[in-house]
Amino acid sequence: MNSMIEQVQATSKTSPADEMEVLTFNLNDETFALEAIRVQEILDVLPETRVPGADRFAGSVINFRGRVIPLADLRLAFGMDAVTTTIDSRIVVIELEIRGEPTLIGLRTDKVNEVTTLSKANGEPPPSVGMRWRPDFIEGLFKREGEFIILPNLTAIFNQNDASTAAASRIIN
Amino acid sequence: MSMDPIETFRIEADELLEQIEQGLLDLTHRLGDMDLVNAVFRGLHTLKGSGAMFGFEALAAFTHHCETAFDRVRKGEVPATAELVSAVLSARDHMRALVEEEVTQAHLEAGEALLATLRSAIEKAGGGEAPKGAQAETASQKADDRAASGSGWNIWFRLPANSMTNGTNPLALIAELRELGEATITADLSHVPPLESLVPAELQLAWQVTLKTGQPRSAIEDVFIFVMDDMELKIEPIACEAAAAGQPDEAAATVETQKNASPVAPSIEPVSGDARQAKSAENVRVPAERLDELMDRVGELVIAQSRLSQIATMSTDLHLRSVSEEIERLSGELRDTMMVLRMVPVSTLFGRFRRLVHDLARETGKAIELATDGESTEVDKTVIERLADPLVHLVRNSIDHGLELPAEREAAGKPRTGQVKLSARQAGGEVIMKITDDGRGIDHQKVRAKAEASGLIEPGQQISEHDLLQFIFHPGFSTAQKVTNLSGRGVGMDVVKRTIESLRGTIDLTTKAGEGSEISLRIPLTVAIIDGLLVRVGEGRYVIPLAAVEECIELSLEDDLRSRGRSFISLRDKLVPFLRLRDLFATGTKPDPHQKIVVISTGSERVGLVVDQIIGDHQTVIKSMSKLHANVATFSGATILGDGTVALILDVAHLVAAGQQQEAQLRAAV
Repeated sequence: MNSMIEQVQATSKTSPADEMEVLTFNLNDETFALEAIRVQEILDVLPETRVPGADRFAGSVINFRGRVIPLADLRLAFGMDAVTTTIDSRIVVIELEIRGEPTLIGLRTDKVNEVTTLSKANGEPPPSVGMRWRPDFIEGLFKREGEFIILPNLTAIFNQNDASTAAASRIIN
Repeated sequence: MSMDPIETFRIEADELLEQIEQGLLDLTHRLGDMDLVNAVFRGLHTLKGSGAMFGFEALAAFTHHCETAFDRVRKGEVPATAELVSAVLSARDHMRALVEEEVTQAHLEAGEALLATLRSAIEKAGGGEAPKGAQAETASQKADDRAASGSGWNIWFRLPANSMTNGTNPLALIAELRELGEATITADLSHVPPLESLVPAELQLAWQVTLKTGQPRSAIEDVFIFVMDDMELKIEPIACEAAAAGQPDEAAATVETQKNASPVAPSIEPVSGDARQAKSAENVRVPAERLDELMDRVGELVIAQSRLSQIATMSTDLHLRSVSEEIERLSGELRDTMMVLRMVPVSTLFGRFRRLVHDLARETGKAIELATDGESTEVDKTVIERLADPLVHLVRNSIDHGLELPAEREAAGKPRTGQVKLSARQAGGEVIMKITDDGRGIDHQKVRAKAEASGLIEPGQQISEHDLLQFIFHPGFSTAQKVTNLSGRGVGMDVVKRTIESLRGTIDLTTKAGEGSEISLRIPLTVAIIDGLLVRVGEGRYVIPLAAVEECIELSLEDDLRSRGRSFISLRDKLVPFLRLRDLFATGTKPDPHQKIVVISTGSERVGLVVDQIIGDHQTVIKSMSKLHANVATFSGATILGDGTVALILDVAHLVAAGQQQEAQLRAAV
């Protein structure tokens, strides 16, 4: 435990180029992180509108300040079970480039924790075996205070899902 | 948020190039029109000047040569010939390239080649020989010369108050006048205000110049050529002593003649300026994205307002109600104003076709006349932008496939010159655009042969001529025997159709063998706000564009039961396929006891949509869906309802196609 704390303290002394500010949040008891710079806003849960025919991964849209933006559930990309919303549930709005176009996307989270700094030196690439998630969906794993923080590769996840949304949209044909 | 000066220059250059092009194209029809020559010259000169100012040296140098050439036309040394105008037109395209692209060696070489063409055009036109050029001078100028001989001119001019800030130097103008002859110059102080109201940066002086010279009137006008549009200028001949003493009437008569004969705008009357330019001076240039932003805000306001009015109707507070009504009225007006702001006349779209037709005529060797009608019809800017490519394609097709060569036309007893007509008119919430040509029309037999060959219809299948023609819009369908540079590759018409449909418009084609074809497009005036019919399917609410709705009927119990296998209703003796949206959207809820059918159509094809409830009409502010949902073809967009939730807008064209497909499958099964 002590060594871990030292490690954290050591990281905070390294140069800022090796560090990144992240927002951590929970999905089904796992802790995830997002680069804070991507985050536009954190919202309480809003009424959502299901988009029939869309992939469940981004199966609905919400009204974000007069704009209609997709609401995505990272759980589905990681093969987790969907859970019901609780009092802690939040929507994190991020901006991400999808097929060359900057797009606002809402992400469902079970709980938003904090903005913190992760040292890139501390990160590990995803292990190639022994993991139930697709390795290309994970940019890195960060160990901190006895738990792993998962930094998902959002670009890969969202651009990957083009194919699956296309498959799922065959509701008419 | 100031704009990059280079970007500003590019926008300005774009406009200038447009003006120059229009001027040149007009000139091809009226070669002797000195007004046009002057307009082109001014455009070239301004382009050169501002190009040099912003560091576009290659542009400035190149434009300089064209300007010089045009200056000679303007001075009457060289007559404007079709060849010369054409050379300058090509040069104009090169200028555009110089404005928009990085200048490379290839550009410079291309520029040299163009200048060589230009020079040879001038030589052929008889450049350098002054006597020939003199013929080009208009009669009025000669009259001016006579009037001026031996005497001179009384000139009075006053520049606009803001001319100092615009960089006009009156002293330079006066110096130029002095170069023309012996000048007596007095300042006219009559417009100078008293000291307390004098703005130092404004120019309030006017000048009276008595110029003793043999130069014609046009020489004086040339001095003012770049400021003429905004200034006041009076030029009167000094009556020679004999005339002044004995024949004042004759002198007056001379002035009168000049006034009538001179085609050049400035005469002895104060110059009011070209009406169009005066108008453009009142315009404000706004980046399109700001307009879009404003549109979004207005959209949000409309949504907030409808929430307010919902609350107000539930309340008993009369004050609240009256405020709510007031806001409803205001936001409605604001929305209407906003829509008008986005409207631009279709002339901006039609304008670019003159050049296209000009080029195509040369390329194909066909004589073509372009007629336009209804250019003042106004359409949403976005619609105009998205229509440009499809229209280019359609016009090219008309010219390439439709119009015959002059010899063929004569043989068929038609005028040598083929006509392509673009027209636009507003009908309700739609604009109807037509592209008509008087060419050979489309051969039904060829279309049939091709449709049979590609398996779209069975050989010998009965099909109406009108339906047959619509295969033209099928992907990969082309009846052209040979592929030309212009068209005939079979790509395009389907793209045109898709673009029109993405604008929620329709396209229709009619043709008469030997007489020509007509393509008509019906497009909504705006893509931002539509009238919609709000319906409920399961727990979700959806918007159906009202323009596509034909009628709403009840799904009777018998129809409901009977149609388990085959989904058809009989509507006035016609079978209409219907889609159960509840199944389509997999709502997983129980259907309402009294379901409704909303019959929608695109032109002649109809399909019924079974919904649980029809809620009512709804002013729909269209929001686009993100690329994450780009693959969901059932919806064309989304909107925000009064309670802040999102409702999806059904894509009519897609649903109708789905309904037709279902019908075809069922027919095949029977």
